[in-house]
Amino acid sequence: MTDQTMSSASPAIVKPKLSRDDWVMRAFILVIGLWLVVTLVMPLYVMLSKSVQNKDGFFIGLSNYIEYFSTPALFYSINNSFFIAFLSTAISISLASVFAFILSRSTIPGKSVFKNIALLPLLAPSLLPGISFVYLFGRQGVLKGLIGDYSIYGPIGIVMGEVFYTFPHALMILIAAFSIADARLYEAASTLRTNRIRTFFTVTLPGIKYGLISAIFVVFTLVITDFGIPKVIGGQYNVLATDIYKQVIGQQNFEMGAVVSVVLLIPAILAFAVDRFVQRKQVAMLTARAVPYEPKPHAIFNRFFFLYCCIISVMIIGTIGMAGYASFVTFWPYNLELSLNNYDFDVMDGGGWGSFYNSLEMAAYTAVIGTSVIFTGAYMVEKAKGFGIVRGIIQFLCMIPMAVPGMVLGLAYIFFFNHPDNPLGFIYGTMPILVIVTIAHFYTVSHLTSMTALKQMDPEFETVSASLKVPFFRTFLKVTVPVCLPAILDISIYLFVNAMTTVSAVIFLYSSDTALASIAALNMDDAGDVAPAAAMCMVIVATSASVRVVHALLSKGISAKTQKWRTR
Amino acid sequence: MKSQILKTVLAGATGAFVGATALAGSALAGDSLTVYTAVEAEDLKKYAKNFNADHPDIKINWVRDSTGIITAKLLAEKNNPQADIVWGLAATSLMLLKEEGMLEAYSPKGVEKLDSKFRDSDSPTSWTGMDAWVASVCFNTVEAKKAGLPAPKSWQDLTKPVYKNHIIMPNPNSSGTGFLDVSSWLQIFKEDGGWKFMDSLHANIARYTHSGSKPCKLAAAGEIPIGISFAFRGAKSKAKGAPLEIIVPTEGVGWDMEATAIIKGSKNLAAAKTLADWTVTKKANVMYNKGYAVVAYPGVAKPVKFFPAEIASGMIDNDFQWAASNRKRILSEWQKRYDSKSDPK
Repeated sequence: MTDQTMSSASPAIVKPKLSRDDWVMRAFILVIGLWLVVTLVMPLYVMLSKSVQNKDGFFIGLSNYIEYFSTPALFYSINNSFFIAFLSTAISISLASVFAFILSRSTIPGKSVFKNIALLPLLAPSLLPGISFVYLFGRQGVLKGLIGDYSIYGPIGIVMGEVFYTFPHALMILIAAFSIADARLYEAASTLRTNRIRTFFTVTLPGIKYGLISAIFVVFTLVITDFGIPKVIGGQYNVLATDIYKQVIGQQNFEMGAVVSVVLLIPAILAFAVDRFVQRKQVAMLTARAVPYEPKPHAIFNRFFFLYCCIISVMIIGTIGMAGYASFVTFWPYNLELSLNNYDFDVMDGGGWGSFYNSLEMAAYTAVIGTSVIFTGAYMVEKAKGFGIVRGIIQFLCMIPMAVPGMVLGLAYIFFFNHPDNPLGFIYGTMPILVIVTIAHFYTVSHLTSMTALKQMDPEFETVSASLKVPFFRTFLKVTVPVCLPAILDISIYLFVNAMTTVSAVIFLYSSDTALASIAALNMDDAGDVAPAAAMCMVIVATSASVRVVHALLSKGISAKTQKWRTR
Repeated sequence: MKSQILKTVLAGATGAFVGATALAGSALAGDSLTVYTAVEAEDLKKYAKNFNADHPDIKINWVRDSTGIITAKLLAEKNNPQADIVWGLAATSLMLLKEEGMLEAYSPKGVEKLDSKFRDSDSPTSWTGMDAWVASVCFNTVEAKKAGLPAPKSWQDLTKPVYKNHIIMPNPNSSGTGFLDVSSWLQIFKEDGGWKFMDSLHANIARYTHSGSKPCKLAAAGEIPIGISFAFRGAKSKAKGAPLEIIVPTEGVGWDMEATAIIKGSKNLAAAKTLADWTVTKKANVMYNKGYAVVAYPGVAKPVKFFPAEIASGMIDNDFQWAASNRKRILSEWQKRYDSKSDPK
């Protein structure tokens, strides 16, 4: 099927002779493919094949599936999972699209401040909203009146947590989609006296369609595979991801855990199918002749927009601020004396400040190596000619990580890299394996961001370069990278902050000299030291925030240099 | 055959990785031990210090996480174990590893001095106990007063209607502590009585958690008046200033123990044996007694601050073998009865 879609998409009938560029690109594609096979496909194969095996590793067909599907609890989990995922996606995407629209298409003041606030939840370990929501809305919560008789421990808490967690993911993709627009279309619309609403539906919406659909599927899959928030605040509200936790951690039943993981892969496959479908209809927004869109001020709208951004920002800062306050409290809620003792990590659980430096190192490697691999990979997949099957397969592989709960990926890495016959076994228990698993874990969103940015660039750039006999890598470095630099910096920061906060995959893979700050926070919370856990979360947030500030200054400087063409 | 394919495919990729990672993959020296544990991190430094006072030449590299994670990690590493020795993991987890043939049978010197409940009944032993990890009820006196709740004395008290929605316990499908509770009730009240007890308890449960220590933490934070958890966690929270009372129900309480075992295939077997020998000494047991009221070495235990005094006498004659072999059946019965209920709000 993949083959057919690809060949019908390219109208060429005469098979052109492959240039040297094409060969180089194909070599690159193969390298990227190999990377994905080794860091993703093979570990997952080893893990997921357990779903058709018994405890001793013998093939037993589908009997694990039959056993799983015959438990009545399953249907509640599926129901709950989908309910939570639909609701969280609807809320998160609506909030994020309006926010992204305002940031990229309006002239309100303080846009960069709002954007940075909106991306703050990315910087926070998933433990943080858990702690904050309990302090805000729990039985002792300062705002518990707001949710009335309902309990925060259940669907309400999960949806709130998931929206907090997925909002910036959606925002990143949507901003990328909104930020490239051809002003000529809007000029044409206004010349034809089209009203704003009609323009929105006929010009704006079709332009962002690809990004919007990507964002919906990213959020949906993130929610359905996340176990951190349901575990911390979900009470006994069962979802598929906590079912995996029960099987793997509670009962050490890897085979059943694998069965649930396979069930969870279904949304990803769906996402891929829809993605391909929409992609075929997407036309390049930024043709070589495009004129960048510059928003015009509109007084009444702007007032609304500003208010909206303020409300969202207050909610985000409130959540993080509550954890910040919690980190200074001696013993909530019975001893509210404030102190700095909770920041003395060396006397606490989890590796002390050493784990923080490990996290920094890991995050830096992940950002640099991950961005290079992922963006180059996306470029090759998007811009290479021919080689359709391989590109299709790679495109498909890139969608998988999002659908794989980190816990499953972490275990898969143990089974694969710790196998006595694996020649790569020496990386087990080292820093490189943490970097590699983190890149694999966060591949999808980075890849989609790259694709969204690349897709909006007219293939004419490559065609022109090729006809001028400029090798593609020069076009790549001189045109594509500078044009996409905002997206590239976004990806690197995304990888960095996720590496700082990630828990679920690396918890199985760290060793005594590579303990990480995010895991330290989790363990402190586990040991009942909520305040120190909140403190470690705040240190992580502060670090990532400082990196973001540096990034903002950097991209401002770079923007001035490389994005000048966007203004007239 | 699978590994053959794996080898061939990977051989190509190896080259690319080697350069980047060669530095990181150095092997451990002979006199350092990789020790997996679920003991509280703050105790680990103390444990290593005391051990090193007697054996300064053996360096301990801790890998610490919660019981579920460490057990899953050990089982997943079965084909190529990374740990030399486990020091401080639930005995029920170690029994599971023994069943998988992952433990080295070795009787540490002086093992016969330990209480027979606290060691593997086979000889040579595969695991040896350190201290008991006893179920208890954490009762928040401040919140109970607000809600007008009397302090419960027994498990049966907890089924009274007055406690409706005021109790939290761990889900036995996610938490070893939860299973400990369920399997102890089935032993105390016998099979039928146990399920009947849980039916009425279920009516009072506000919710089930995924972690065994969470109910007590929630009680300590005033999120619920009563948390069914274990005594150790309760004592820790109490020491930090939580208004908790730790109650040992009169019918008796379930328990598990923290235990030690050498992993089969350890490349540092001699050092691992030295450590195993040390973990059963009187000195080590005095050290365990700093945090735990009941330890493996008879006559050592002194009362521990914040621990209820009656805890040792409350421990039931726990049949671990029965619990292990009926685990699957108990869990699926439990799930059928209580877990498939969707949350009301």
